[in-house]
Amino acid sequence: MTVKSTARARKKAAPAVPDNLPAGSGAQPELIQLLTPEGERVEHPDYPLTTTPEELRDLYRDLVLVRRFDAEATSLQRQGELGLWASLLGQEAAQVGSGRAMRPGDYAFPTYREHGVAWCRDVDPLNLLGMFRGVNHGGWDPNEKNFHLYTIVIGAQALHATGYAMGITKDGTDDAVIAYFGDGASSQGDVSEAFTFASVYNAPVVFFCQNNQWAISEPTTNQTKIPLYRRASGFGFPGVRVDGNDVLACLAVTRWALDHARSGNGPVLVEAFTYRMGAHTTSDDPTRYRLAEETEAWRAKDPISRLKAHLDREGLADEAFFASVEAKSEELGLRVREGVRSMPDPDPTLIFDHVYAEPHTLVDEERAEYIAYAASFEGGENL
Amino acid sequence: MAGQLSIAKALNEALRKSLESDPKTLLMGEDIGKLGGVFRITDGLQKDFGESRVIDTPLAESGIVGTAIGLALRGYRPVVEIQFDGFVYPAFDQIVSQLAKMHARALGHVKLPVTVRIPYAGGIGAVEHHSESHEAYFAHTAGLRVVSPSNAHDAHWMLRQAIASDDPVIFLEPKRRYWDKGEVGDAADLPLHDARIARGGTDATLIAYGPMVKVCLDAAAAAQEDGRSLEVVDLRSLSPVDFAALEASVKRTGRAIVVHEAPVFLGMGAELAARLTERCFYHLEAPVLRVGGFHAPYPPSRVEEAFLPDLDRVLDAVDRSFAY
Repeated sequence: MTVKSTARARKKAAPAVPDNLPAGSGAQPELIQLLTPEGERVEHPDYPLTTTPEELRDLYRDLVLVRRFDAEATSLQRQGELGLWASLLGQEAAQVGSGRAMRPGDYAFPTYREHGVAWCRDVDPLNLLGMFRGVNHGGWDPNEKNFHLYTIVIGAQALHATGYAMGITKDGTDDAVIAYFGDGASSQGDVSEAFTFASVYNAPVVFFCQNNQWAISEPTTNQTKIPLYRRASGFGFPGVRVDGNDVLACLAVTRWALDHARSGNGPVLVEAFTYRMGAHTTSDDPTRYRLAEETEAWRAKDPISRLKAHLDREGLADEAFFASVEAKSEELGLRVREGVRSMPDPDPTLIFDHVYAEPHTLVDEERAEYIAYAASFEGGENL
Repeated sequence: MAGQLSIAKALNEALRKSLESDPKTLLMGEDIGKLGGVFRITDGLQKDFGESRVIDTPLAESGIVGTAIGLALRGYRPVVEIQFDGFVYPAFDQIVSQLAKMHARALGHVKLPVTVRIPYAGGIGAVEHHSESHEAYFAHTAGLRVVSPSNAHDAHWMLRQAIASDDPVIFLEPKRRYWDKGEVGDAADLPLHDARIARGGTDATLIAYGPMVKVCLDAAAAAQEDGRSLEVVDLRSLSPVDFAALEASVKRTGRAIVVHEAPVFLGMGAELAARLTERCFYHLEAPVLRVGGFHAPYPPSRVEEAFLPDLDRVLDAVDRSFAY
C-alpha cells in the first residue's frame, strides 16, 4: 500500500457520528449489546432475552457452520468452481441472530450476502451456490422456506418486502417480513421509497440494515452524515442500532422488531453495526482502500469467539460439544465441495424456460430454432 | 355492457369487472382514488371497492411498481397506474430488472401477474414528459408482455385479458384516443396477442398500433379515393408480435409500411421491417418502409404535429413504396 492511499483510507475511515447530535429521539448513538466482546453477558432493559444453554449452543453451531460454509465457498471460487462469491465473514451474528428471530410464517427478502439467513431458513446451501456457479439465477422456490431470491440491484428488494408486507396486512395474518440490505443501499431511492410506503401503510416489515462499514470501497461516511438507524425517525418509525457482532443482541432486537411490526405498529429499522472482514466479493481487493489496523480492531469483536468465550466462561459446553460442531463443520464442508463439483450444467434450453408463465410466440420460435440448430451438429440430436 | 363507450369508460368498466371478479385484484397509483386518476380512468372505483383495493399511493413510481411486485409475490394481482408515460422511467429498474425477470430467476416458482397501465404517446398538447412512446424499451425486455389497444372494444377486453394474465403486462393506453367512442361487445373476439385486420385491402399493408391505427384508417380511406386499396393491420400486441398475421397480409399485398409515433431509429418498426424482409423477401415489391418520430426529444407541443405521423406522411410513404 502506498503512503498516499494509506492517508486517503485513514481520512475516509473517520468516525461517522458527529458530536453535535440533535436532541430528541435516540440522541445517543447507543449500541444494543447483550454479550461483550469478552463473552460477558449483560442486560439491556428494553431488550430482555432469556436463553437456555441448548439455545446458546445451537446459536454457536449456526455461527460456526455458516462461517464454514462461507469459507468453503470462498475456496471453491479460488479453485475456479464458482465465478464469484460474496463472503459474509464477520457478519455471521447479524444474520444468524436476525434469522433465528423469525417465525416460520415470516418472510425474508435478502440481498446477495445473506447466506446465514438462508441457513436459518433451512434453504439448502447448495442452492445458494447455483447463482455464483452460473447454473441459474436463483433456482429455489422462495415460498418453500419463505426466503426470497437473492437480489443484486442494490435496495430493490426493500420494496418487494414492503409490498409483501402490505399483502400480509390485507390478509389479516400476524406474519412479518424482514428486508435485508447494507449501508450502501441506504443511499438508494428504492430504500427511501420502501421506508415511505411501509410507514404510510403501517406495513409489518423490519428493515434490517447490516452496516458493515464499506460499500465495496466506499465507507459509510460516503452514504450518510447521521447514524443510519436514525433515518427511521424522519419516516416516522423506530430505529435501533444493535451490535451486529453480538448474536444475542441481534436476536433480541430483531425479535422485538418483528413483534412490533406484526402487532400492527408498523415498520422498524434495525441497524446492525458490524464489519465485513473479507472483501466485498472475491473480485475485490480491500487492501486498496482500508487499513489493516481497522480490520484487526474488528477481529477482536469476532462474533464466534465472543459466544465461545461466553460458553466457556459459564461452563455451558464441553469438549464433546465443540468436537461435534467441528465434525459437523467438516461434514458440511465436504458436502458443499462435492455438491458444487458435481452440480450439472443446465441444458442450454434452460434459456427459454420460464421466460413467461404463459406461452410467448417469440420465445417458442427461438427455442425451436435453437433446438434445430443444435441438432444440426454431430451429437446434437441428444439435446 | 354492449353499447357505445369511450375508450376511457371502456377501461374503467374493465377495471370494475376485474375488481368484481377477483378479490385479489388491486389498483394502485397516484391520484387514482377520490380523483379517479388524472384521466378519470379509475373514476368511482375507490368509492365502490374501498381504499384497500383502490389504493392511493405515495408519489413514487419505483415504489408503486416495487411494492406491486411484493404484493404479487403474496398472491395479489396488482394493476398499477403510471400517471404519464414520461414518469415511468423512475420505475424502470423495477420493471425491467425485477418484474420482468423474477419468474425466470425462480425457475417458474413464482408468478408476477402485475399490469402496468401507462397513458402514452402525444397529440394532446401537453408539456414535456407527457407525450412519450417508450414501447420499444419494454418490448425489448424479455419477460414483459406489451400491448396497446386502439379502440374501445379492445381497450376493455385487452385490459381484462392483461389483468387475468399470469405474466407482467405493460398496458399502453393511447391517451389522445381516450375520448373516442366505439362499440364494446360482450366478449373478447381475439386472444390478447393476436393482430387484427382493421381494414381489408389489396395494394399495400399499413401496420400500426394504439394511437396510429386511426391515422392509418384515415389514410386508407383517403387512398381509396385515389384508387389504392390499403390494408390496415392493428398490431394490438407488441410483445409478442403476431408475425403470422403480418406475414399473411404482406404476402397478399407485397408492400408494408409501419407507422408509429415513437422515433424510427431502433423502434418497433425496425424489428417489424427486419422480420418481414426475412420472411416475405420474394413477395415484396418494395422495402418495408417506416413512418415515425425523429431522433429527437419529444418536441414542444406547438410543433408536435410535425413530429407525429399524420395522414399525409403516411400517404407520402405509400407513394414512396409504389415508386419502387
